Amino acid sequence: MHIAWNSFTPGGALVGGMLIGAAAALLVLFTGRIAGISGIVAGLLQPPSRDTGWRVLFVLGLLLAPLLYSAITALPAVHIDAGYPQVVLAGLLVGVGTRYGAGCTSGHGVCGLSRFSPRSAVATASFMGAGFVSVYLLRHLAGF
Amino acid sequence: MDAKMNNKEMLAALAAGVAGLLFGLGLIVSGMADPAKVLGFLDLAGAWDPSLAFVMGGAIGVGVIAFARARKMQQSLLGQPMQLPAATRIDRRLILGSLLFGVGWGIAGICPGPALVLLGEGERKGMAFVVAMLAGMVLFRWLESRSRHGSQS
Repeated sequence: MHIAWNSFTPGGALVGGMLIGAAAALLVLFTGRIAGISGIVAGLLQPPSRDTGWRVLFVLGLLLAPLLYSAITALPAVHIDAGYPQVVLAGLLVGVGTRYGAGCTSGHGVCGLSRFSPRSAVATASFMGAGFVSVYLLRHLAGF
Repeated sequence: MDAKMNNKEMLAALAAGVAGLLFGLGLIVSGMADPAKVLGFLDLAGAWDPSLAFVMGGAIGVGVIAFARARKMQQSLLGQPMQLPAATRIDRRLILGSLLFGVGWGIAGICPGPALVLLGEGERKGMAFVVAMLAGMVLFRWLESRSRHGSQS
């Protein structure tokens, strides 16, 4: 392992992370809800109820964030090296996995660890571990 | 079922909208809306980019304070019931599901939050990912309902 000093951006990462934390804080303090994005999205696949409104607006906020950002300054470049078949397979796995494991990077990772939840710590270790192994196999053994 | 919201629920929904916006901005500012940067963190054996750890650190630093406060609240600032997770069980579902999620995360470098930001940026692969993710969620629900029926009979 060696550190990619050229792409390492500790400042932006820390500030962006604090914004994410502030978003989770705002949501839990004002609405009593956990900012778990897979759970919020999955709730929208249920028939409409009193619970639908805040979910729609949260997702809308996420979708509109790039628009607001680009009104202030140019959006940073995005690179998706995976082809469509890989992207679709990845999406399916993320969809099934986050429901089966009841959370993703936001719900278990950010909120769960902030609550010192052992359950979320195990989930986070599991998906990060699987992510490390998955990238190792694809990049260094399969050569994608 | 009453789908109409009262004033407080409307305000709470608005707060959720602001939270979503802030969350999305955080993902962009932190660089996590770029799948290549996420994969740079997950690639321990290559040129490793530790940025994602700093994102988690910043988010959890703020989160710890907020959730310590939230734990003591009887209701939210807008009068909503506090719905903090009650589950504590560490079981096969949690681990297997998280492993599946992690494999998918490693394939494309995209998790649910950044997927929605990419969709908002008009990225076609972001759209493909979100559609597949929703399909996966529906598939999971179908499998769940099937196995539940199966165990009843």
